[in-house]
Amino acid sequence: MLARARLMFRSTAVRLSALYILLFALCAAFLVFYVTAMSERLLAQQTRQSLQEEVSDIQRAYERGGINLLLRMMERRARQPGANLYVIAGPNGEMLAGNVASVQPGVLDDQGWTDIPFTYEPYAEVDRPGWHLATANVTRLDNGLRVMVGRDLGDPSRFRGIVRRALMVALTIMGVGALVIWFGIGRNALKRIDRMSAASQKIMAGDLSQRLPVGKSGDEFDRLSDSLNAMLGRIEKLNEGLRQVSDNIAHDLKTPLTRLRNKAADALDEDREEVRRVALEGIIGESDQLIRTFNALLMISRVEAGSIAAEMSEVDLSAISADSAELYEPAAEEAGLTLTTDLESGLVVNGNRELIGQAIFNLLDNAIKYAAGAPGETGREAKIGVHLVKRDGTFRLSVCDNGPGVPADKRGEVTKRFFRLDESRSKPGTGLGLSLVEAVMELHGGSLELSATHEDNPEAPGLTVTMVFPEPKS
Amino acid sequence: MMETSVHYSAATADSHSAKNAADAIVPHMKILVIEDDLEAAAYMTKAFREAGIVVDHASDGESGLFMGTENAYDVMVIDRMLPRRDGLSVISELRKRGVNAPVLILSALGQVDDRVTGLRAGGDDYLPKPYAFSELLARVEVLGRRKGAPEQDMIYRVGDLELDRLSHEVKRAGKDVLLQPREFRLLEYLMKNAGQVVTRTMLLENVWDYHFDPQTNVIDVHVSRLRSKIEKDFDKPLLKTIRGAGYMIKDEG
Repeated sequence: MLARARLMFRSTAVRLSALYILLFALCAAFLVFYVTAMSERLLAQQTRQSLQEEVSDIQRAYERGGINLLLRMMERRARQPGANLYVIAGPNGEMLAGNVASVQPGVLDDQGWTDIPFTYEPYAEVDRPGWHLATANVTRLDNGLRVMVGRDLGDPSRFRGIVRRALMVALTIMGVGALVIWFGIGRNALKRIDRMSAASQKIMAGDLSQRLPVGKSGDEFDRLSDSLNAMLGRIEKLNEGLRQVSDNIAHDLKTPLTRLRNKAADALDEDREEVRRVALEGIIGESDQLIRTFNALLMISRVEAGSIAAEMSEVDLSAISADSAELYEPAAEEAGLTLTTDLESGLVVNGNRELIGQAIFNLLDNAIKYAAGAPGETGREAKIGVHLVKRDGTFRLSVCDNGPGVPADKRGEVTKRFFRLDESRSKPGTGLGLSLVEAVMELHGGSLELSATHEDNPEAPGLTVTMVFPEPKS
Repeated sequence: MMETSVHYSAATADSHSAKNAADAIVPHMKILVIEDDLEAAAYMTKAFREAGIVVDHASDGESGLFMGTENAYDVMVIDRMLPRRDGLSVISELRKRGVNAPVLILSALGQVDDRVTGLRAGGDDYLPKPYAFSELLARVEVLGRRKGAPEQDMIYRVGDLELDRLSHEVKRAGKDVLLQPREFRLLEYLMKNAGQVVTRTMLLENVWDYHFDPQTNVIDVHVSRLRSKIEKDFDKPLLKTIRGAGYMIKDEG
């Protein structure tokens, strides 16, 4: 329990609330003292004012009716409940009349207000025996008599006592309440942290599908859990990608490697120099293809990991599209295709020129590869095109062909690593081209869209691959 | 992966170097290879020697720096990741000491921005692993010749072919040859490195400014278009295809 309490005190929330309580208590204490002092001053002012009035009354009574009237008036007033203090003393300070047994010596000597509260002994007061504090005004009459009108100060100090007691009670309640809330919050926070660590332990143990618990309140803890969960999601996706890559490598590279090995074994057995040479060249070609595959795989995973993100600059999509078309035009022509372009000019994005270039090259490679074999019976010549338009806040760079296309239900799959349509297995290629294009688009915050170029022509629908870039905010 | 490229390039290098060793394209070029992978280094050394190049080898950064400072080399091939001193730091230290020999950086990292940092550190060319030896050889030969290359020459000549870099005119045997701008740059680059093998990747880099391996025949088609323009009406071929490596423009005399 002690250890738990200590642990709790270490938590930020608890420490903060303790600090708040302390500050709040100090403020409250100051406020109470200030209020008390102010009310005391107000009270004293009122006391003086009423005493002053009485002194005036007394003086007027004396002037009108002499000592007799004065005495009668004072007697009457002294009998009223909660009466003030009245003393009539002789010229030498001996007390002649009044409702006070004795006063502190010296009080009656000076005229005017007493500077500090003095003590006095009331008459036969059973409920309040002993000496009391009072404030008073002393007046000298023209016959040498001294008249004192005062008020007991017992009430103001009692008032102060009540206020201070109330303050103590309030502070105690506040403290206890804070402790309870403190305990509640601290415990709650601790529990949530415990739950979070338990979940993290499971994740560390290898279960990346675990997620941190998220409550409904949307407070700081929930927001933290949310972002940690998003991070876990990304990690899981990357991890998944990695596993997929290694699976793919295992499955898809074993075949060419085996083929390579067999060719090498054949070449070793071959005595005829010429045949051997051809076999060796075949091995080089095969290895070349393997290296390309490896390079492409590496490239994709690096792009997916976003590690090239640092190398971003302004890239002129229009220029890069024109460049690519120019680069591929002879190759297209040789394959018996016409390459047309329709490029909006001046479209600039923030990106990596090399990667965007490579992506367009991949699309053009594909387009040439598949459009070249397009069936000619429709009478339409085989065509490929590069288009760049700005539409709905996006820059759409598309490469289209009028080849056999990709069936709608397969379009989601062709971007997967090593995925190849059955019809295209006979064509050279790594099965990684579109995967790279998709990864490049993801890196640029865009997307990849596949559609048919000619929906109305089931013979040769063709394929249009569009790289959709978000328009940069200026 | 390294293994793959080594064996792959062994065969290519043989066919290429066998063809060119006799020509002694770059007579007695002397290079320094700083590479810590001993197997790769041994292979490289052997292949370079077969191509008629004198090779010294250092297996770590410090001794590489020492050798590079003490001896005069035509080209240095430096791996980026080296024991005792990192490849990039070797390059910048060499440059600080006034060694101006061209440097080719070899790197297993092979990313676009790695290339940029490598060139920024003072490298002259960059080749990511895995590479084909023919590619490395072609680049080293081009770098080795750079020293004496006629950068300031305004007219390149190979046989009866003439290229004027200022007026952008190309003539063969006095007759005008009309080229597209890109074809002109292609020919310019080939003629600048006349007598040397230029790979497809080098062409893509220097003529189109994209730095990756062209996977298809796009470059070949451009070269053959160019070839038809400069050779169509003439008997003597100038622009040769070097199998497994690239292209070379040369007057066989």
